[in-house]
Amino acid sequence: MFLSTTGVLVTIDRLVSPASRATEVLGGELTESSLKSYLNGISGVDAVGLESRAADLGSRSIKTTSKAWALDRIISLIDLTTLEGADTPGKVRSLVAKGLTPDAADPACPRVAAVCVYGDMVPAAVEALGASHGLDEAPGGINVAAVATAFPSGRASLAVKLADTADAVAAGADEIDMVIDRGAFLSGRYGQVFDEIVAVKEACRRSDGSFAHLKVILETGELNTYDNVRRASWLSILAGGDFIKTSTGKVAPAATLPVTLLMLEVVRDWHRLTGEKIGVKPAGGIRTSKDAIKYLVAVAETAGEEWLQPHLFRFGASSLLNDVLMQRQKLASGHYSGADYVTID
Amino acid sequence: MSHLAVPKTYKLYIGGKFPRSESGRVYEIVDASGEFLANAAHASRKDARDAVVAARAAVSGWSKATGYNRGQVLYRIAELLEGRRAQFVDEIVRSEGVSAAAATAQVDEAIDRWIWYAGWADKYVQVAGNANAVSGPYFNISVPEPTGVVAIVAPQDSSLVGFISAVAPALVAGNTVVVIAAERLPLSAISLAEVLATSDVPGGVVNILTGSPAEIAPWLASHADVNALDLVGAGALDWVQLQIDAAETLKRVFPPEQGSDAAAPSLARIVGFTETKTVWHTKSLI
Repeated sequence: MFLSTTGVLVTIDRLVSPASRATEVLGGELTESSLKSYLNGISGVDAVGLESRAADLGSRSIKTTSKAWALDRIISLIDLTTLEGADTPGKVRSLVAKGLTPDAADPACPRVAAVCVYGDMVPAAVEALGASHGLDEAPGGINVAAVATAFPSGRASLAVKLADTADAVAAGADEIDMVIDRGAFLSGRYGQVFDEIVAVKEACRRSDGSFAHLKVILETGELNTYDNVRRASWLSILAGGDFIKTSTGKVAPAATLPVTLLMLEVVRDWHRLTGEKIGVKPAGGIRTSKDAIKYLVAVAETAGEEWLQPHLFRFGASSLLNDVLMQRQKLASGHYSGADYVTID
Repeated sequence: MSHLAVPKTYKLYIGGKFPRSESGRVYEIVDASGEFLANAAHASRKDARDAVVAARAAVSGWSKATGYNRGQVLYRIAELLEGRRAQFVDEIVRSEGVSAAAATAQVDEAIDRWIWYAGWADKYVQVAGNANAVSGPYFNISVPEPTGVVAIVAPQDSSLVGFISAVAPALVAGNTVVVIAAERLPLSAISLAEVLATSDVPGGVVNILTGSPAEIAPWLASHADVNALDLVGAGALDWVQLQIDAAETLKRVFPPEQGSDAAAPSLARIVGFTETKTVWHTKSLI
């Protein structure tokens, strides 16, 4: 994986099987026991140190010009999300309209990175996007991300999960957000989790041989310890995930700054080890610009500023966008804005 | 054993809590003879912003309560005020430098006005609403509804009665308020906040800022999430500019009033911060 001169991320190693990538890092044969001893050999997390580091990153003073930049950047990193049982094609169309024109009063407002919907809503999103479909394909385009693999619980057979994934990819999804089997992970069956991610990655292959981007949701709220989060992050990256994502948003606690910082550290370490860049997506619970800016600081100071682009960092959010828009309006007009001056979705 | 005097820390009242100013600033309150009395929080524009957020969050609950219920809750505050008479009298004597009799009269007047307004909670709709005569087989009914978040600059020359005269009418209709207390006489306002915090008024319905009205009022006047502006105590400010700012977001505005009868009790102060909703309903089904 490398950055081309245009700044667009080009993936060339996606055709290499993930298993061989893991074999290289693990050094030796890839078995359940070798995977287990590798993951269990990862050093433990200093929880107190991690949380104080996160609190420290959250206390940076952000000046007005930086804030203006940060607000625009946050918008361009948002996966605008609707994941409700009550979703309809109409709701998805309005979500897409909001993603394309976040602030109707300001045409200079950037577009979001993607809309994130359930698999059966992908056709509606693709149709609503029309010529603006695709972050890399169309100028000013945005991606369609679909949650798959029996989201949010992940409690279904592998066959069902793969069908769920293939279905969304065939419908035109550019990105797949899968959930790992937390039950298997917490029982120590790392091999099973690994194989599932590999299989889902394979199901992301399109008919032309290219792959939909795979985001692996760890659901950190169910992993109980920072050590588990670190292990699950390594496991997901070894198995071929393009992004690691904190949460489904359906379990509390969802994304927290310490957990995201920990995952960013894994991504940084992976980059040092292999030169490959993996993305991070905190999702759920990030509702204010102030919170989101703390995440930007954590990214810039952990993985590096290079990660502050939609191919390497995303916010999974729905209500965050309106707060960012109100802050943007405040910066532009000099007075506080209100909820009556942004669209509801 | 000698008693160590413990001076009271006067803080802001936002969202049912008593935070210090986010700016960390305080300012000195002096009595009528210029002696130090207390430190009060010196609110910043960000405190005003937080207060508006709290007030906005409280609108749905307070405005949906029945008028009868709001009346009960407000009446209960008068009961609590009655129990704290001595504290309010003492604070007014010390900060305004008036006699105990004059301070007692002010507290009595304040409680009387509060009860008078509380009584209107389940009655003002009948008086201000109307069944309109229309040319057709319809009921046509107009009713006043609360406008939302009201920002108030309280009268600056009165500790308690001015404050209550400005706040109570806005609450009666179901609005929530962000009020800037009298800059030199804020003690009664904060003591009233302690009464509100232990009453049945939900957190965020009344938010009290102490500090400089000249500094905070422009932010509230231009704030797009504030629906109305009561400038009753803004006579010494550039209130014309405040009205111009308020017009940008179509706020309802009360002008400054001076003198002893400023913010005198009136139904107009209740109805002024309401919006009229008119509904048509067919008569054909009866």
